[in-house]
Amino acid sequence: MGFNYLSWMLFLPAAGAIIIAFIPGLTEKRIKCLAAGLTFISFALAVFVFATFDRSPSAVGVIQFEEKALWIAPLKAYYHLGVDGLSLPLALLTAFLGFLSVLISWKIEMRWREYFAWLLLLETSILGVFLSLDLLLFFIFWEIEVVPMYFLISIWGAGRREYSAIKYVVYTLFGSAFMLAGILSLYFTTGSLSMVDIASRGLGMVQSIMRPTIIFFLVLVAFAVKLPVFPLHTWLPDAHTDAPTAASVILAGVLIKMGGYGMIRLCVAFFPQVAQQYAVILVVLAIIGVLYGAAVTMRQTDFKRLIAYSSISHMGYVLLGIFALGRVSLVGASLQMFSHGLVTGLLFAMVGLVMHNAHERDLRQFGGLARQVPIITVVFSIAGLASLGLPTTSGFAAEFITFIGSYSSTTVPGIQVYTILGVLGVVVTAGYILWMLQRVFYGPVQEKYSSMADADVLEQVYMFAFVAVIMLVGIYPAILTDVLKLGISPVVKLLGG
Amino acid sequence: MNLELLIPELTLAVFAGLVIILDTLIEQKRLLAQVSLSALVISGGISLALWGGNIPAIFNNMLAVDNFAIFFKLLFLGIAFLVILSSIDYVNKFAHFQGEYYALVLLATLGMMLMAATADLISIYVALELTSISICALVCFLKDAKSTEASLKYILLAALSSAVMLYGMALVFGFTGKTQLSEIARVIQATPMTTLVTSPALVLGIVLLIAGFGFKIAAVPFQMWVPDVYEGAPTPITAYLSVASKAAGFAVIVRVFFSSFGNTWLSMNWGITFAALSAISMTIGNIIAIPQSNIKRLFGYSSIAQAGYLMVGLAALGFSSATDIIGRSSILFFLASYAFTNMGAFIAIIAISNKLDSDLIDDYSGMGRRAPLVALALTFCLVSLVGIPPAAGFMAKFYIFSAAVKRGLLWLVFIAVINSVISAYYYLRVVKVMWLGEAVSPERVPSSGVLRLGLVLATLGVLLLGITPGYVMRLAEFAAKIFTF
Repeated sequence: MGFNYLSWMLFLPAAGAIIIAFIPGLTEKRIKCLAAGLTFISFALAVFVFATFDRSPSAVGVIQFEEKALWIAPLKAYYHLGVDGLSLPLALLTAFLGFLSVLISWKIEMRWREYFAWLLLLETSILGVFLSLDLLLFFIFWEIEVVPMYFLISIWGAGRREYSAIKYVVYTLFGSAFMLAGILSLYFTTGSLSMVDIASRGLGMVQSIMRPTIIFFLVLVAFAVKLPVFPLHTWLPDAHTDAPTAASVILAGVLIKMGGYGMIRLCVAFFPQVAQQYAVILVVLAIIGVLYGAAVTMRQTDFKRLIAYSSISHMGYVLLGIFALGRVSLVGASLQMFSHGLVTGLLFAMVGLVMHNAHERDLRQFGGLARQVPIITVVFSIAGLASLGLPTTSGFAAEFITFIGSYSSTTVPGIQVYTILGVLGVVVTAGYILWMLQRVFYGPVQEKYSSMADADVLEQVYMFAFVAVIMLVGIYPAILTDVLKLGISPVVKLLGG
Repeated sequence: MNLELLIPELTLAVFAGLVIILDTLIEQKRLLAQVSLSALVISGGISLALWGGNIPAIFNNMLAVDNFAIFFKLLFLGIAFLVILSSIDYVNKFAHFQGEYYALVLLATLGMMLMAATADLISIYVALELTSISICALVCFLKDAKSTEASLKYILLAALSSAVMLYGMALVFGFTGKTQLSEIARVIQATPMTTLVTSPALVLGIVLLIAGFGFKIAAVPFQMWVPDVYEGAPTPITAYLSVASKAAGFAVIVRVFFSSFGNTWLSMNWGITFAALSAISMTIGNIIAIPQSNIKRLFGYSSIAQAGYLMVGLAALGFSSATDIIGRSSILFFLASYAFTNMGAFIAIIAISNKLDSDLIDDYSGMGRRAPLVALALTFCLVSLVGIPPAAGFMAKFYIFSAAVKRGLLWLVFIAVINSVISAYYYLRVVKVMWLGEAVSPERVPSSGVLRLGLVLATLGVLLLGITPGYVMRLAEFAAKIFTF
């Protein structure tokens, strides 16, 4: 058996949460160091798993670092963890952002004991979603995530935080209610809760009792809420805007990726035929999301809300890539998820920093910050340029592969037209990003920001960590695409490609 | 006579008398609680020893001492244990009659244990009345206006529902000529289909039985008494009512309907009836719970909704074949997890109301700071009631819904999961008030050692059933198996 890398990686943050919550008398400093230490170990384990992951062609579709034990005998549910090319990058991203979000939260001012307990629990639940290979386990982690996020937004958030928090909870639970019905149907039509089994045995056995189309859509709704897909996106601007900085980073960085991951893992891999049949609907929704999201972003005056809306537009690319159902487009969509996690994570961290140091969030009040806070300006600009897809950043690699893949996909009729419409989104993105940079950092210097602090050492550490990875993926995307291909290939095979 | 099989029940009867006598002799009233608790432990130990015996019927086939009955007996004893633990501080509210209070709790438990074990319509009725009368006396123990009103409502409606049920039993007896459950089943099996379809008396009898039992489990439209009685009764008794009384009702329903009316045509019909009642109960319970401002009333409506989820299992049972045990075992598992969850929540409520002397949700504001552990436990129990993992409530729902999906009742499961989302709104409102609200006063809310013990036991139960449900599910399956004769 050996060392259970994945279990340690998964449960170290949760163990930290329990220690922090229940051991009395821990000082603020100790709690922060403990949180940082445990999430760092978890991240280090993730890096180790990523580094030693078998990338040889024989590893296509093979689950690595697998752990399997019978968990609930009467339900035939297993404690089953493992990574393949699809889940590993997202798990790595989660561990990375989990560690950085602790650093980002260093200046949290109130109720830090509860705060860090919830933050660590959140990391475990998201990691669990990416690592589980048993449907029940997957669903449990999927649901647990709601509770810490509710508390993080409603206690440490800003603005209409309680409203946003409950809106988030209701949307999520609404989606997962559908998914639960879908999973139960899958369970009884296939007799199995194993994601590997169901995907490998394919549609044949599902056809018997319940129409696969119904199950497909039941499961899809939950992921569509999470991703989010237009018109189920309205929770996102509220939740992202009102959440505390670190929670926004996690939300935008990895939490909404659970939707895209679920779509590939459950919807496309379990029901390839149904996915092909209805792909065009989802592609249209993706394009609406891209264009509508971009247009609405253009009009935002709240700094944080602008970034939040840009996520809707960017997630449209992911949806496009997934339901173009091509080998390259699926790799592109997965890469886009990873890239967006980094870029938007950094953007939210920077916005949080600017808002914290300037005590201002209205874009119309800013201007000329480039003189006062040069480091923030440089990093913010890099993040912005990565967001609009400048070459040498991960955003370029991801969007380029997604568009090429979608355009050349043969599965969905008329995909070329949709792709071209989607590319228009990039133009609008360039517009709002540059306009935002201009409004905040350039223009006449304003007196009231003359005493604004620039990033301190700790903040520089996490900023450069972000920038380094964004550049690394941008310059050498194969480091991820080699892994992603291994996970995507079996899915494409099911699609007949 | 197999008197030894009745020792658990006899123990409770003897100790109930003993507690009353002791009450007149001693000054230290805490001892009464200790005596009652030991009665429960002894009774539980002996019940456990009888596990696996599976004696189908004793005393002229009046009672069955099978795993099913023992599962419920242990459940009731466990609940009563927590109820008495949580009563030890609470009873100081009334100067007199503490002995009677404990004795009545023991007697009500005795009644429920008999309910779970009955194999005959007549003994069902006797056991049910023993329970109802004991509970009715307990409800009015506070002797204020609300408590008395609650008790009066309870006894009137209990009497009415008993009458309806008795009428149903009479009709079933009239059709079959038997009172014994297994005999009734035999007669119905032997009756040709055409006679069954054309005999309204039997169907009417079954409908009336559903109405009578519906009162016990607080299903809509027999739920009118719930909010008032829950609000007026002493809080430990509210907890007891919401958990044990409901479980006893389900024990009887499962036994009667499954063993007597297991005929395919009949069971399809009562299955669909329970499905309809289930959909109505959860929807109405959840929607009316939203505007409640008193936590006990909120739990009243919540318990109506939970009865709805449980009836999803009954509906599945109606559509199952006899060899398929998941319908039954999932009901048992749900009841066990619901028992821990609701008891945990109520013990937390008792701990808070002991200090605040209020049941208004607004007064829970800032409780996260004033009593962090109690608030945390209550939060966890509320999360369990919503059905969010890793709490027991999630596993219970997953198990019971899976039984229904297996029987093609996807539409009902659909209504149930949507209802769970609605319920999140009002359960989380309590959570929100506790953790987000400003504390009314900085004063901490202390809780006594016994309450903490009860709270820890219940919360641990919720956690264990949520993370490693396999063992209890297996027990529930063993308990449910006896019916496969």
